[in-house]
Amino acid sequence: MTVPGREWAVPQGGNMKRTILAALAALAMSGAAYADTIKIGVVGPFSGPFALQGKNFKAGIDAYMAVNGSKVGDDDIEIIYRDVPQADPAQSKALAQELVVREGVQYLAGFYFTPDAMAVTPLLEQANVPLVIMNAATSAIVTKSPLVVRTSFTTWQTSTPIAKVAKDAGVSKVISVVSDYGPGVDAENAFKAGFEAAGGEVVEAIRMPLATNDFSPIMQRIKDSGAEGVFAFLPSGPTTLGFVKAYNENGLKSGGIKFFAPGDLTQESDLPALGEAALGIQTTFHYAVSHVSPENKAFVEAAAKAIGNPAELSFPSVGAYDGMHVIYKMIEATGGEQDAQKAVDAVKGLSWTSPRGPVSIDPESRHITQNIYLREVAKADDGTYYNKEVQTFEKQGDPGLAALK
Amino acid sequence: MQTVFSIAIDALAYGMVLFVISIGLSVTMGLMRVVNLAHGAFAMIGGYIASYAARDLGLAYGFAIVLAVFGTILIAIPIERLLYRRIYGAPELTQVLMTIGITFCIIGIANYVFGPTLKTVPLPAQLQGSVDLGFRAIATHRLFAILCGLAVAAALWYAIERTAFGVKLRASVDNAAMAAALGVRTEIVYAVSFAIAVGLAAFGGVVGAELLPVEPYYALRYMVTFLVVVSVGGAGSIPGALVACLLLGGIDTTGRYLMPEFGEFFFYLAVIAIICVFPRGLAGRAKG
Repeated sequence: MTVPGREWAVPQGGNMKRTILAALAALAMSGAAYADTIKIGVVGPFSGPFALQGKNFKAGIDAYMAVNGSKVGDDDIEIIYRDVPQADPAQSKALAQELVVREGVQYLAGFYFTPDAMAVTPLLEQANVPLVIMNAATSAIVTKSPLVVRTSFTTWQTSTPIAKVAKDAGVSKVISVVSDYGPGVDAENAFKAGFEAAGGEVVEAIRMPLATNDFSPIMQRIKDSGAEGVFAFLPSGPTTLGFVKAYNENGLKSGGIKFFAPGDLTQESDLPALGEAALGIQTTFHYAVSHVSPENKAFVEAAAKAIGNPAELSFPSVGAYDGMHVIYKMIEATGGEQDAQKAVDAVKGLSWTSPRGPVSIDPESRHITQNIYLREVAKADDGTYYNKEVQTFEKQGDPGLAALK
Repeated sequence: MQTVFSIAIDALAYGMVLFVISIGLSVTMGLMRVVNLAHGAFAMIGGYIASYAARDLGLAYGFAIVLAVFGTILIAIPIERLLYRRIYGAPELTQVLMTIGITFCIIGIANYVFGPTLKTVPLPAQLQGSVDLGFRAIATHRLFAILCGLAVAAALWYAIERTAFGVKLRASVDNAAMAAALGVRTEIVYAVSFAIAVGLAAFGGVVGAELLPVEPYYALRYMVTFLVVVSVGGAGSIPGALVACLLLGGIDTTGRYLMPEFGEFFFYLAVIAIICVFPRGLAGRAKG
């Protein structure tokens, strides 16, 4: 049976009618696997405070299907979206279950938050469904099931190169300031490991509550610590604005304290609001909408059309775009049959040119190997702000996996 | 000593921003007895109008503030006539359900009209940059926020305690039927107070936009903080709200400076302690 659902596999004692029904249902379900339509279930935040990121998932997926068609071989591809507005593992698991059992999806994809992705990994093997993660950025997810492939990034991956950048800029004492939650702690550890390896010293590590609005006291702490630079990580959105403004207004910028962060802080959709305040801030990240390549030009064109307002385009869209590429390759390799292990094996080592540059799926970790770019916020001729790529760290794997062991 | 001053000035600035936004809520909850969970939504509308006026139309900052306050009041008038009028004097649960529903509608509309990205209100040159206080620098707009807070507090106190309108308002609140019998047109009194409360929310939304940036979820994101301020200060009391803002701003800022890893532990610990000792808030009145 292709889609095992516990309630059908074990019919209640002696109820003939029910057993027949169950058998019929099972037949119908297994039939779906060979039918013409292959369904992909995408879970992400499509409403609520993180709706913008879900919108970017959808833009990336739509862009991919607009460029490459909505058919693989003879099979039509259908995307079914499910909404988890905020990190909610229980709801994420329930929706994934529903997608597999009721909708008969052959692939699960999306997932903005780590806990949501983690909650789904135990289902994969039994459901015979691969999971393609388009954002969730904690290293450990890929170790939870051999059927997980990730096309986004990890916080370790994007935060490690900035340590080298800081050291090269002549800074040897840094204070680390992160939001107190999973990815923030990851960023703190990644930076510390990278910076100490480069011979620097993290003089103090501050973890601030996620709901912080007023960053002046934090800035005062940074000043008092005597550090020459600050490494910061906050989730994209309203708080980054307050943080960057406080950095300027409390005289840290003019005082010569350098600012280092992964690219979450200067995501493109926040830049119009950050504006002047962010000018010159250096971040490392896997994707900038401004990346110069023919692939990215085509992608931005298609994705901007899909999302409506080009200013809303941000990094989750490229994770989704490449996620779709991986799924299309999986479908090609399996000829549309449902075989999760075969599908995942087919993309191990797969390499292609993504809008973000050359990428490949690491055969061992099933995480994406990619270039990480050092960018600086710059002002374009038309008065808008963008992340200008100034340096490339080629073929970066995920250092976070080594740290797990 | 320098650290103490530094914390004090941050606490004062943060507390004043909180005060400007929360005082309108204190008026609706304390004087009009409406648990208005849509207060944050009105502050957000003010922020959006000011942002649109200053950024997209290029109007002056002062003009954008005026436009935001009156624009928000204009939007609130039909909402008051059609929806709020039905819940004056209704049980709290009805009021909560109605106003939270209004909030969700406004969030949806804001998301649809302005999109989910952050909006800022561009500051005029005079308010940009920072002022050197000798021992540290502070952003100029924070000083502006402190002044706004003091001005609002003084004006409101005068209006409620010293003017004829204030007398009518207090009379209507204490005993609406008796006030009406004595010739006070309570409907108008309520409508005007509601407009003032909404206008203050909008004003706070604009002045506080540097600290609490405007985006669709603004309406809910900061609502808990506003409610805490009102309940600690005592609903309806202006000195109470002022003291609560300064106290909570001070505790929050000190905690964040000295022990950020404890998060908002000290903030809520203080709230619990104060509410235990003063169940009606620092300056709450007994229910009439």
